Amino acid sequence: MSSNPSQNTSPAAVELKSGSITLPILKVHTVDMADIDQQLQQKLGKAPEFFRNAPIIIDLGELTEEQKQALDFASLLKTVQGLALAPVGMRGGTPEQQKLAQADKIAVLADVRTESALDNAGEKKPAPKRAIPPPRPITATTKVIDQPVRSGQRIYANGGDLIVLAQVSPGAEIMADGNIHVYGPLKGRALAGVQGNLEARIYCSDLQAQLIAIGGHYRTNEGEDDAFKGKLVQVFLQDNALVVESL
Amino acid sequence: MARIIVVTSGKGGVGKTTTSAAISMGLALRGHRTVVIDFDIGLRNLDLIMGCERRVVYDFVNVINNEASLNQALIKDKRCENLFILPASQTRDKDALTLEGVERVLNELSENYDYIVCDSPAGIERGAHLAMYFADDAIVVTNPEVSSVRDSDRMLGLLASKSRRAEQNQEPIREYLLLTRYSPQRVKLGEMLSVDDVQEILSLHLLGVIPESKAVLSASNSGNPVVIDDKSDAGQAYQDVVSRYLGEEVPQRFIDEEKKGLFGRLFGGKA
Repeated sequence: MSSNPSQNTSPAAVELKSGSITLPILKVHTVDMADIDQQLQQKLGKAPEFFRNAPIIIDLGELTEEQKQALDFASLLKTVQGLALAPVGMRGGTPEQQKLAQADKIAVLADVRTESALDNAGEKKPAPKRAIPPPRPITATTKVIDQPVRSGQRIYANGGDLIVLAQVSPGAEIMADGNIHVYGPLKGRALAGVQGNLEARIYCSDLQAQLIAIGGHYRTNEGEDDAFKGKLVQVFLQDNALVVESL
Repeated sequence: MARIIVVTSGKGGVGKTTTSAAISMGLALRGHRTVVIDFDIGLRNLDLIMGCERRVVYDFVNVINNEASLNQALIKDKRCENLFILPASQTRDKDALTLEGVERVLNELSENYDYIVCDSPAGIERGAHLAMYFADDAIVVTNPEVSSVRDSDRMLGLLASKSRRAEQNQEPIREYLLLTRYSPQRVKLGEMLSVDDVQEILSLHLLGVIPESKAVLSASNSGNPVVIDDKSDAGQAYQDVVSRYLGEEVPQRFIDEEKKGLFGRLFGGKA
């Protein structure tokens, strides 16, 4: 963990290390600000807590040169920030738009060759490695919680499964990149596969959840799940719909 | 070293100050040196419930700001020589409390007292956070009513994650449930949550059940903690609570409806 001991005489105050972080990318396909605003609100409305203050990259690479010139970038920034998103980087814009971004302390990232960008292959340079999400780690860790998860608490099993050995109170949120197992009454919200893993499942011994979600597909409980109260069930995605099955 | 007890709830108006007064008086009457601190800066009530509102000269904030010593601010109770009260400020607000200041005062009190009872304000903001941060035990006061139960659940989550014991990975705070304003008649009618209903949601060690009682209002009006009124149901319930807290095995009373005889029903006036 420490840098060259032979060079430093005092303990390191900071370290610069390279790492990879997966971030959602907002690809803009139109210059119509009203359209953008409306569709963004729709998408964010599906999982507001997940997107609140979430860092995102704004990608203008899908627009043609004319569209880029016509796009009001300042207005786009305002829209995005107004929806409680935190743009941390942008790419694919004109030099003026890049200057605007930097003025707002938003990093300008290098362009990437995407599938549609192959049409403009002549203009763009090959993408640098850091724009591509890193491969999933080989060992996934499982988070085990053996205390009740109280209202207002949020548990996130980053990169693996989550196992809860006690109750999950209403108002609590449990999230995992992988599967979720709850061996106790699940009365709060459970979101599995939050980074997009559609194969994730939720296993529960007493399903009374306020909301269940797998890979972004969610469902609130308005009474149809009461049939499963007290029973051992699994929840999975089939044809983009959530299915609850007793075990 | 003193044992620091926080009386908290999340929801307002459930009986925290009544309980703080009753429990601190109860512990003091059993011979333990006890101090009860009001953390509700700006909306202080503990001095009223304890009947010492005319003797408040210096308060908690004065001590934190080094404008007065602890000895100048502490009020000795006239009924029991083991009990002292540290009142809150009425003129300032909760921003006057600092973590370092509270820690310093609690450390100083720890040297001379067996029990420090912290009367938390309602809510989950700074005042409530500071009241519970240094606690060893937490008495979560709950009414058998849905919003109170949910708020108590939230408070339990905060006790488990935002207290000093949680942040330093020490043995967690011992949590106790105190169900107040309980009415067995209404529970039987299905109008009110029963002890089991509440336990299903909170799953806590039940310290006691305090019945809905007219004695509580009379006690606060007269400035005497209700535990002194040992003829009343609430007074006796609080005495049971203190016994149980000190480790005695006391069976739970006041959970089931009392069977009244003919005269009881004619002349008895319990709510």
